[in-house]
Amino acid sequence: MNNKSIVIDGKNVPFEDGQTIMQAATAAGIYIPHLCHNPDFTPHGSCKLCTVKVNGRNCSACTFPASEGQNITNVTKELNDDREKITQMLFVEGNHFCPSCEKTGNCNLQAVAYHLGMTDNHFPHFFENREVDASHPDVMIDHNRCIFCTLCVRASQQEDGKNVFAISGRGIEKRLIVNSESGLLKDSDLDVNDCAAHICPTGAILIKRTGYKVPIGQRIFDHAHIDTVTLANEGASHDE
Amino acid sequence: MQQFIRQLAQENDFQSTCLLKILRAIQARYFHIPKAAIEQLAPILNIPRTQIQNVIAFYSFFHFEPRGKYDILISSSITDLMVGQKELIAYFAEKLGVKIGEVRADGVVSLNNTSCTGMCDQSLAGLVNGYAITKLTKARIDEIVENVNKQLPLEQWSRDFFKVEDNIIKSGLLLNQKPIQGEALKAALERGLKETWEEISVSGLRGRGGAGFETAMKWHYASEEDAEQRYVICNADEGEPGTFKDRVLLNSYAHSVFEGMTVTAAFVGATQGFIYLRGEYLHLYDKLEAILEDRRKANLLGKNILQHGFDFDIEICLGAGAYICGEESALIESLEGKVGIPRNRPPYPVTSGYLGKPTVVKNVETYFAAANIAIHGGEWFAAFGTAKSKGTKILSISGDCVKAGIYEYPFGTTIQTVLDDCGATDVLGVQVGGPSGTFIANNEFGRKLAFEDLATGGSFIVFNNSRNILDMVHNFSHFFAHESCGFCTPCRVGTSLLKKQVDKIVEGHGSAGDIVALEELCQLIKNYSHCGLGQTAANPVLTTLERYPELYQNMLKKISYEPGFDLDKSLETARRLANRDDAAAHLAQVEE
Repeated sequence: MNNKSIVIDGKNVPFEDGQTIMQAATAAGIYIPHLCHNPDFTPHGSCKLCTVKVNGRNCSACTFPASEGQNITNVTKELNDDREKITQMLFVEGNHFCPSCEKTGNCNLQAVAYHLGMTDNHFPHFFENREVDASHPDVMIDHNRCIFCTLCVRASQQEDGKNVFAISGRGIEKRLIVNSESGLLKDSDLDVNDCAAHICPTGAILIKRTGYKVPIGQRIFDHAHIDTVTLANEGASHDE
Repeated sequence: MQQFIRQLAQENDFQSTCLLKILRAIQARYFHIPKAAIEQLAPILNIPRTQIQNVIAFYSFFHFEPRGKYDILISSSITDLMVGQKELIAYFAEKLGVKIGEVRADGVVSLNNTSCTGMCDQSLAGLVNGYAITKLTKARIDEIVENVNKQLPLEQWSRDFFKVEDNIIKSGLLLNQKPIQGEALKAALERGLKETWEEISVSGLRGRGGAGFETAMKWHYASEEDAEQRYVICNADEGEPGTFKDRVLLNSYAHSVFEGMTVTAAFVGATQGFIYLRGEYLHLYDKLEAILEDRRKANLLGKNILQHGFDFDIEICLGAGAYICGEESALIESLEGKVGIPRNRPPYPVTSGYLGKPTVVKNVETYFAAANIAIHGGEWFAAFGTAKSKGTKILSISGDCVKAGIYEYPFGTTIQTVLDDCGATDVLGVQVGGPSGTFIANNEFGRKLAFEDLATGGSFIVFNNSRNILDMVHNFSHFFAHESCGFCTPCRVGTSLLKKQVDKIVEGHGSAGDIVALEELCQLIKNYSHCGLGQTAANPVLTTLERYPELYQNMLKKISYEPGFDLDKSLETARRLANRDDAAAHLAQVEE
């Protein structure tokens, strides 16, 4: 065993070679806000919520390797204020109406927003027209809520051994697309039991006829904060 | 079509890395990428159809829907606007009978704007079916319209349209060298590769693309990696608006550039090289291919080069309209047949680049300089420049000056000297380094070209006092929003928000809080974006806001809040539905 360590907000955090800052932090019970990251899949580094300062320089904790001599700040007003604004960007880019979304209470985007103290959208809305693909018998896509985290893309490739999803387009034109000749979910290989159908951190990919099985008030984030929930889930998945 | 595509795939050994090349051929033949082509290609290239769809959607020169048989694109960078681009493209559209962005009903012609095509010294420029056209005037436009309407094949058009000038106005240390085929390579091999590396190290040569990474270090890192294959890539994706020196180097000094690559390859142990040529420079493709063929015949490329027992060859790969591919890891992704999204780093390309192998990526000018250093030695080069920026820099000068073109200066030269040489008078300011660089005002012309002061990849755009700086900021903000790859949130959403916020202010809808909001947004994009594009996308606003805050302030309305949209205009639909246009159906924004 080695005893290498990094410092996060003044606390010594051990790490092993090859670990990212996120992995080391999670293992040590430190929550770094994130949306596109899930420890079960290759890190992506696109949402930028997990930005931390490493020796004064901004780095994505989910992709940046931990190494000796790193002095990292994670919970500061500056970083959390900016994380809030990045979250607000995601909100105005899509069409997110939490009160009428069946994912409310189980949604990471919403929970992160609460965690960061977000009370408004701050930026002007894009009000893009985005479609809903309800063609599949068991799974639906509401493009209004997609934040392009690629978790469904990665889950389909890395867990399901399929290639059902992709993120297409450039810049603000980015869209989730489905790998089928018609472009519709019903013509793809997706099965309701696929990991990709259940991985969405927002309400963009939903399992049909299950929306209100768990009533509002009894949902994941109704009584727990995202930091504790995440550390319990992702810390555990690390230990496997 | 099926047979055509089958054959195309076969010619490319069914390699998915050749996807851009294959799609370029399909686009050229069918004016779009038909759905059937995607369905046929995916299985034979052994990639998901979504990868092909992604590539088509990502690159500006690929289309899902047919463009015209003659697809005309007009450069819309700030230097184009200076020569009346808006008026001329409107004239073009009117004469052709087509709306900008659309295809004419008969399918013969389509017209659109495009990002800077690297012809800023011979504006107004554009592309017809990918081939550069320059110096567009109303008279030329009339002729082109006639050719199009007659459906005259491109080969029969007057060659004058396609004439691209070098415009080398001031040669220095490097441009004065007359390239002799094989000279640099022979010098390097005679001296010894290790010794040649030392000369490069002594020369202090830093990357000429703008970032300025030390060349000798890159060579060293790539050569040290344990790998069976290594690659050498020349970045000729000269997309920074206002830059065109690489085009000139490739047109007139290609041997030196290839030689620089070959010397690099010999040192690091690479057998395969690529030159990633921006799609806008398609007109150079055949010429460069012929030069490569000459070099193969002269045993300067290929097997056992100059009987020194090493193999190396260079392949030209064309881009397809994406500024982001100038970023080295995005360029590598593009070479692999994918969308140009910058990779997470580390690992860096020198350890894990093309196909995961150690890769040296350098700018055209860097290889050009390296070849000359191989001949003349490191001291020769390091005698010029400053302590931290050795040698000379080749500038692409455009905008408000008498002689736009190519100028070479030792680092450390002042902006004033450059302005005097190019005949710029009554200067308001200069955009140094393109939109991603810095705007400097006319009280800063004592500043120097150098990595430690004003770093530049070569773009140098002069603005005289008749220009409105906000027009430039507007143009550049739109450029970045258009070119953002969309991978990370701060750049994807941020550059579009920034575009809207700049529009709001420039169009006179800004009010008190809007400058603060603008600055806050800029900092967010700059500090949190994934790559250099996002990190510099706010520079046009930040560098001008710092120098001319009053210019922005004066655009604001003197009210505490102004909605970001035109209230009265938004009622248009309601008025139409109600069939009303009386005074009561109009709403003033605020009580004036």
